[in-house]
Amino acid sequence: MSDRTERPTADEPNATTGTTGPVETTSSGAVRIDKSAEAPADRDTPLLEVRDLQVEFRTREGVARAVNGVNYSVNAGETLAVLGESGSGKSVTAQAIMGILDTPPGHIAGGEIRFRGEDLLTLSEDKRRAIRGDRIAMIFQDALSSLNPVLSVGYQLGEMFRVHRGASRREARERAVDLMERVRIPAARERVNDYPHQFSGGMRQRIMIAMALALEPDLIIADEPTTALDVTVQAQVMELLAELQREFHMGLILITHDLGVVADVADRIAVMYAGRIVETAPVKELYAAPAHPYTKGLLESIPRLDHKGKELYAIQGLPPSLTALPSGCSFHPRCPLSTERSTTERPPLHPVLDASEAPVAGRGSACHYWKETLHG
Amino acid sequence: MPDVPMKATPEAATLKATQPAVPVPVDEQPDSGPAPGKPRSLWSDAWHDLRRKPSFLISAGLILLFLTIAAFPGLFTDASPRDGDLTQFYLQQPQLTHFFSPEWLGYDAQGRSIYARIIHGTRASIIIGLTVTAIVFVLGSLVGMLAGYFGGWVDTVLSRVVDTFMGIPFLLGAMVILVSFDVRGPMVISLALAVLGWTTIARVMRGSVIQVKQADYVQAARSLGAGTTRILMRHILPNAIAPVIVVAMIALGGYISAEATLSYLGIGLADPAVSWGGDINFGKDSIRVASHVLIFPSIMLSATILAFLMMGDAVRDALDPKLR
Amino acid sequence: MGRYVVRRLLQMIPVFIGATLLVFLMMYALPGDPVRALWGERSVDEAQIAAMKADLGLDLPLWHQYLNYLLGLLQGDFGTQIASGRPVIDVITSALPATLRLTALAFLITVVLGVGLGVIAGLRRGGKTDRMILFVTLLFISVPVFVIGYLYQVFFAHNLGWARPTVQDPTAWSQLILPAMVLSSLSLAYVARLTRTSVAENKRADYMRTARAKGLTGRRAVSVHLMRNSLIPVVTFLGVDIGNLMAGAIVTEGIFNVNGIGSAVYRALSYREGATVVGIVTFMILVYLVVTLLVDLLYAVLDPRIRYA
Repeated sequence: MSDRTERPTADEPNATTGTTGPVETTSSGAVRIDKSAEAPADRDTPLLEVRDLQVEFRTREGVARAVNGVNYSVNAGETLAVLGESGSGKSVTAQAIMGILDTPPGHIAGGEIRFRGEDLLTLSEDKRRAIRGDRIAMIFQDALSSLNPVLSVGYQLGEMFRVHRGASRREARERAVDLMERVRIPAARERVNDYPHQFSGGMRQRIMIAMALALEPDLIIADEPTTALDVTVQAQVMELLAELQREFHMGLILITHDLGVVADVADRIAVMYAGRIVETAPVKELYAAPAHPYTKGLLESIPRLDHKGKELYAIQGLPPSLTALPSGCSFHPRCPLSTERSTTERPPLHPVLDASEAPVAGRGSACHYWKETLHG
Repeated sequence: MPDVPMKATPEAATLKATQPAVPVPVDEQPDSGPAPGKPRSLWSDAWHDLRRKPSFLISAGLILLFLTIAAFPGLFTDASPRDGDLTQFYLQQPQLTHFFSPEWLGYDAQGRSIYARIIHGTRASIIIGLTVTAIVFVLGSLVGMLAGYFGGWVDTVLSRVVDTFMGIPFLLGAMVILVSFDVRGPMVISLALAVLGWTTIARVMRGSVIQVKQADYVQAARSLGAGTTRILMRHILPNAIAPVIVVAMIALGGYISAEATLSYLGIGLADPAVSWGGDINFGKDSIRVASHVLIFPSIMLSATILAFLMMGDAVRDALDPKLR
Repeated sequence: MGRYVVRRLLQMIPVFIGATLLVFLMMYALPGDPVRALWGERSVDEAQIAAMKADLGLDLPLWHQYLNYLLGLLQGDFGTQIASGRPVIDVITSALPATLRLTALAFLITVVLGVGLGVIAGLRRGGKTDRMILFVTLLFISVPVFVIGYLYQVFFAHNLGWARPTVQDPTAWSQLILPAMVLSSLSLAYVARLTRTSVAENKRADYMRTARAKGLTGRRAVSVHLMRNSLIPVVTFLGVDIGNLMAGAIVTEGIFNVNGIGSAVYRALSYREGATVVGIVTFMILVYLVVTLLVDLLYAVLDPRIRYA
């Protein structure tokens, strides 16, 4: 609690497109008129904007600071990939956005989550519930355990229409069949009364996607949507998700620890470490020239064909305990570039500058030595 | 998976990686205990938890007290539980301030000191409880382990045998056995209860062994050529025994209760043996004029059962962090 | 499903034979002689005893006696009382209604209070209410049923005058409430604890997180998603518990003077009336087996993951 001052301050460059110059890399130009007409705020307002979000967990060992001032934003039709290892706070951030954080032990200690300009954290539980599933939907990693084992998939899909749209039982079932067809589940009508365990892993994840898509939300948060699947199925599911996102012009937050998944579908990447965003960049630029040693380490630890025979790089050490975060830069105990300064002074998210000293649009790095990293 | 599991600290993820390869069946993600990096086992983890748990400390204290009373009743009273003075003490009310004196808890309808009787009645209950548990534990574990480990026809046969014994109502079955005996001592009663009681343990053990059997370290031991006996004793038993111990502890309280019920019904211990159940039966006749004759043995009996139940509960919670 | 039922029924046969054989052996092979016991302390006419034994088939070897008993059972004959010559099935049918009523009422109390308290405790796991429910149920388990019986009798009947201390008319439901409360106390406590554990476990399941993410109301998430899953093990336990309640009636019926199965078997035991004891226990074994089968089938209905081949 005493190190509250470590929080990022308002004058830091934000990892949002809105404040460091918009990154107009929306993958699809097709803007659906009805969606943008719904938006109460003006066009410049991002669909979702997370500002200085802090989440703490009270545990027996003390307060675990899972999210320590995260900033990011997503526009309609845009895909933001949030990258990080387990414990980096990427899923907790998502749960905070959805409002499904387990409280207690977790609680939001500060910050804002603005959806279409409105701070979700100030809304009543009823209003938040109405948004959940309807305007913001979530896809979970393990579809088998995330679907209710004793209810048919048709019931679980139809429930969305019954709860949010007041649909009748029969109507809901019809919509469920439509949804299953839309995510290309074969023989949808015959299978609508089947139970989750009767589907294959890929099919189950399609059902999860269908459930998230049911009410055509503005934003989908996909938390490791393909991690539990076979590699071949992974690609199919990812493709389907990307395709549907384009079709509905939704914002997509793709949470993953897998750099490979990100490359093809994401527009921008935010890399998280120990509850903070350490680097943010358009996806191609991040791959080409990372500006944070952690990102660099991650990229170098991917096996590559042209490096065959060479020893694979691995980041030293282990992620820090969230109950006792290292002073200064959280990454310093594992960082090859770490200096005296890294242990005392926490680096803000510096804007990344190009050769002509002009800020690169949408790029930031929370490293004192981002320059050295970028060019080294 | 959320980054921070619901109960476990984020540290747990770190701990998992540094943990030595000690097989821990129940506790996959220990969330408390000694400093990270130190070898931790299921039991040391549980012990660490238990030491700070009031319900465990209270029940352990009570059990110790009851065991002492059972072993050395003379330490607690000089009065005889059997010799009564009908003319002087018939149903005399308790003298609640005369601590530990014969008249403390009053006298029964034969002028016997209730305090002396509940002290001397402890031994029978404790002995029967422990004996039944011991027999049931050994027999049930053995059958359960064989059925669970070998499966196939061994399992089929043993499971049917277990079903057969389970089909007989526990208390009623024990009564049927016991009416045949004219003299019913603690050993006969223990055997009657054990004959019908071992199936619970066998079922728990079977389930536990089936679960452990599939663990990677058992497969590994087998692929390294370890013999059946070695796998059973070194790998399966130590990892499968935890739930059995918990069930046995809770069952112990149940056996004491069953013995009391039998004695109460007049089919268990009888005069001159001193037993709480018999005394409660004796006290029910004068319940409206002298409730203390029924109340004090009831309290003693219930406290004993409660102690073992609480102990079992506490140990289970400590062994099964999923349910904290 | 049909094949599963047939297989289960076939499996029940050896279990039934084994269990009845055990009871038969326990009654007749152990020391003690039911015929001699008829005479009590009086002087015994050996010739009369022998004649009576021959008449009842008790002079046959034990295996033969058991075979006769089994064959009788197949024809619905549960045996005949030695002293009165009354068919045991008569004893059962005349005592059964009272016990059934008592058991049904106790079962109702168990379900309503047990599940209710369990759900409340499970939803507030770790809270004050939870701890209180845990403690009370622990007391219910620790205090033997006969003690609870007398406590209730003194408190509710003698002190408060809300109920009669004993049951005069077992067809009057109101008189059965007090004994049913006593009979249900142990089951109630177990059911409450089991429900609590199950609810608390399922509450943190991934599908409950999904339910919240779908924007369901808390009430719907609990009543539809949580309950459907949490009650599966509880239903299983409740089924098996019907048998326990019937057997437990032996103590409760004694305290409240109900003329049911429990009293009948207790009386038979005190007189070592072997035929009645074996007959009634056989009946209870049958009830247990049938209920277990029904519970297994119900399980498949409640949990679609269970498939019977």
